[in-house]
Amino acid sequence: MRLSPDEMIFWRDGFFKLNATIVYTWALMLALTVGSMLVTRNLSLGLTRSRWQNLLEIIVTGIAKQIEDVGLRHPKKYLGFLGTLFLFVASANLCTIIPGYEPPTGSLSTTAALALCVFVAVPLFGVEEQGLGEYLKTYTEPTIIMLPFNIISELSRTLALAVRLFGNMMSGAMILAILLTITPFIFPIVMSALGLLTGMVQAYIFTILAAVYIAAATRGREPRGEADTTIDA
Amino acid sequence: MDNATLIAIASIVTAGLTIALGSIGPALGEGRAVATALSSLAQQPDAATTITRTLFVGLAMIESIAIYCFVVSMILIFANPFWTHFIAEAAGK
Repeated sequence: MRLSPDEMIFWRDGFFKLNATIVYTWALMLALTVGSMLVTRNLSLGLTRSRWQNLLEIIVTGIAKQIEDVGLRHPKKYLGFLGTLFLFVASANLCTIIPGYEPPTGSLSTTAALALCVFVAVPLFGVEEQGLGEYLKTYTEPTIIMLPFNIISELSRTLALAVRLFGNMMSGAMILAILLTITPFIFPIVMSALGLLTGMVQAYIFTILAAVYIAAATRGREPRGEADTTIDA
Repeated sequence: MDNATLIAIASIVTAGLTIALGSIGPALGEGRAVATALSSLAQQPDAATTITRTLFVGLAMIESIAIYCFVVSMILIFANPFWTHFIAEAAGK
């Protein structure tokens, strides 16, 4: 039984090997990029517009609204990063309905890379918003004693972000594989529908958590809002 | 019993215990969360979208605790580092 698509190797030449994770990641990136390039090739400002432009506008405005709900005041600035995270994870999880496809998010390498992006982006946005000194000062709040714990929480939430997405996607694939050997008739279909729902929810959570972390880092020293204290698992 | 057998026994028993004990807490937590969300939905049907969204996020956060246990038990069974180490050592002998 395969634990991750890393073990499915298409091509190998010495040190370099091309596994399913890399192939499907690049295929998804290609599909997303070429798709949005094709859609945005001739945009219209008038009342008549293509259905694809409508779809893209719904997605972009929807993500921007969700980011704003979390507490980031200028969603346009963070839309590129958070929107890309959401679109990549969501499409990676939704494409599991295609036969023969293995979600690249079911590999710990992919999710660790995505979590590392968040880990690097949060201090960058925080420093950009508050300046280096002010940002570093937030680590010593409420007292200097909390400094090591703040650093540990920064690391552990990155780990949790990676393992959560990986565990959910891996468990979905594994449950399907086990069910196919036990009850191969109808039940796997129900479970794969549940897997699609889980995939969407996980993509949403990944993005929302990244947005919450960025909001906490950019908020500064004013009293912390609700988004900061509620979600920090 | 040699080392490999001991490791196999310990890994399988621990994997079962991990997923069994680790799913108790999240199960209780999810039950509480859904029960509270249902009662608040009955009180305020207007806030349904917000409650449902928060509920889903919260459920996934709670569920991830159980998922961590699942990942640990899967590692114990399918990718156990001690097991592979002793198998490699036995093969080298």
